[in-house]
Amino acid sequence: MIAIGLEGSANKLGVGIISHPSPGKPAKVLSNIRHTFVTPPGEGFLPKDTAKHHRTWVVRLVKQAMVEAGVSINDIDCICYTKGPGMGAPLQSVAVAARMLSLLWQKELVGVNHCVGHIEMGREITGAQNPVVLYVSGGNTQVIAYAEQRYRIFGEALDIAVGNCLDRFARTLEISNDPAPGYNIEQLAKKGKVLLDLPYAVKGMDCSFSGILASIDILAGDLKANPDQRDPLTGEVITTADLCFSLQETVYAMLVEITERAMAHVGSNQVLIVGGVGCNERLQEMMGIMAKDRGGSVFGMDERFAIDNGIMIAHAGLEAYKTGFTTPLEESTCTQRFRTDEVFVRWRD
Amino acid sequence: MKTETKQAVNKQRVLPPVFQYPSAAVPLLITQGAEALLYRSTYLLPSIPCALKYRPSKPYRHPILDVRLTKHRILSEARVLVKCKREGVPVPAVYALDEAAGWLMIEWIEGEVVRIRLNEWLKRRKDEDLAEGVDDEQLLELMTRVGSAVGRLHAVGVVHGDLTTSNLMLRPRSREGLNGDLGAAVNTLEGDIVLIDFGLASQSQADEDRAVDLYVLERAFGSTHPRAESLFGEVLREYGKSFKGANVVLKKLEEVRMRGRKRSMIG
Ligand SMILES: Nc1ncnc2c1ncn2[C@@H]1O[C@H](COP(=O)(O)OP(=O)(O)O)[C@@H](O)[C@H]1O
Ligand SMILES: [Mg+2]
Repeated sequence: MIAIGLEGSANKLGVGIISHPSPGKPAKVLSNIRHTFVTPPGEGFLPKDTAKHHRTWVVRLVKQAMVEAGVSINDIDCICYTKGPGMGAPLQSVAVAARMLSLLWQKELVGVNHCVGHIEMGREITGAQNPVVLYVSGGNTQVIAYAEQRYRIFGEALDIAVGNCLDRFARTLEISNDPAPGYNIEQLAKKGKVLLDLPYAVKGMDCSFSGILASIDILAGDLKANPDQRDPLTGEVITTADLCFSLQETVYAMLVEITERAMAHVGSNQVLIVGGVGCNERLQEMMGIMAKDRGGSVFGMDERFAIDNGIMIAHAGLEAYKTGFTTPLEESTCTQRFRTDEVFVRWRD
Repeated sequence: MKTETKQAVNKQRVLPPVFQYPSAAVPLLITQGAEALLYRSTYLLPSIPCALKYRPSKPYRHPILDVRLTKHRILSEARVLVKCKREGVPVPAVYALDEAAGWLMIEWIEGEVVRIRLNEWLKRRKDEDLAEGVDDEQLLELMTRVGSAVGRLHAVGVVHGDLTTSNLMLRPRSREGLNGDLGAAVNTLEGDIVLIDFGLASQSQADEDRAVDLYVLERAFGSTHPRAESLFGEVLREYGKSFKGANVVLKKLEEVRMRGRKRSMIG
């Protein structure tokens, strides 16, 4: 069976085509294309402009994905689209495109939860059977484990998402959003050495980032006003790189800690990291050390699958479709808030 | 002559046994928790087991951050345990600690954590094909005890910071539960609740902090024991009765929940 997936819940528009051969065989990615709406340094992406970007590109991306996959309309079994969560206007513009394709091609629609898309794609690509999942992106920070037909949220950010914290700090520093603000913070952090004191906010398996963001913003302001500050411990001059370094060391330590707590709680030693922040090499490294310490391992993904993409929507949608799930046209809406644990996961034991 | 006097003095004074017995046996690793390694030791007396909680350094995090967190958590855990003990909240007693070396020695609690006992109980019911709501007085009773234990903790001005069923122990009430007759103990939810693991605890009387504590526990029930989730209301009902001001916390809890649901989840 073959499905096409359309994703546009944030600033990336993705179209992917996946094939599920006979049961038990791995899925085949036939094509996976993405186009990102990049804003100038110091600016975030607004819903209206992002939706316009998606509308402008969606037809081109669908055509290109079909050509690259070498499939015809007849080969497609269903059209999967992101139902939520995400930004309203961009979600809607992509849902409209999916509906249009459904009518034009006479194929069923399948609405997909974005987070479940990430998790299912992660399991498929890495082969992780029943891992604790850390889902970290611009809009989400969740520690998830599967039990009884649902992906249960064990821990989450109580205020802003970790990716949002990184993105907003990138805006404070006015560094480039290309290819992604978090990526550029990571590059800067590699040159940092001094660990500055930031709040460390973990509550059980939950955490919060707004206090850290406020503190690091103040430190950045201080540094701008007075650039020759020195670290009282080492006497080294404090740089912007040190700010990025301190921010990363602090927030990733928190993420690894809440993941470890969930692993102890559910008795698992596998971790899967999904979502855009999951591309961060320092986070992957820290998670790897922790997992090894518990006699387990970490499964990470590269940017093709970790960052929002259409293929994960196609994959999770097709899993649901194979169990008989479809989304009637009248119900093919989208929703900004759609919790991971709302989805009934019929395709797993 | 001088030595004689000394001996005489020694003979007179009857010291408690703890001064006469050094470490009796090598500590035994019992479990790896979320952060700590938990050993059983008889350092004090062969007849008094104690729990030796060791927080090894976490190589994944920056050494400065690591030292800061480990020290802080051992000291705050000890401080809060002492306060709870003084106020009569059921927690293990503190025996000794060395925050620089990363260990805390506390009273050994017999029994198991609620998570294990509850899961066994739920599994047995599932195997016996008992529907939710049928014959679940034991579970209701357990929920009541949890609500009252958390209420007592909050009443003395402490918030736990990591309330899950892994951090609540069920200590068998009767001696039978202790010696042999394990079969019976395994199949019941009997026992006294003892709160453990105060590394993330703090002293606070803020409704917000208390409500977040409840929210964390509520979600822990929902995610870990979906079949028991429907009875969580029982925990809250009992909590509401447990101290003056508890009802205000329950109001606040609704707010915290709403915040959770309304949180935008873009990207
Ligand atoms: N005082 C105690 N007596 C007996 N067992 C204990 C005691 N304290 C903890 N344990 C056991 O050790 C485990 C880990 O201890 P805990 O204090 O929760 O540390 P962590 O922070 O690693 O979760 C607990 O889940 C429980 O099974
Ligand atoms: Mg614990």
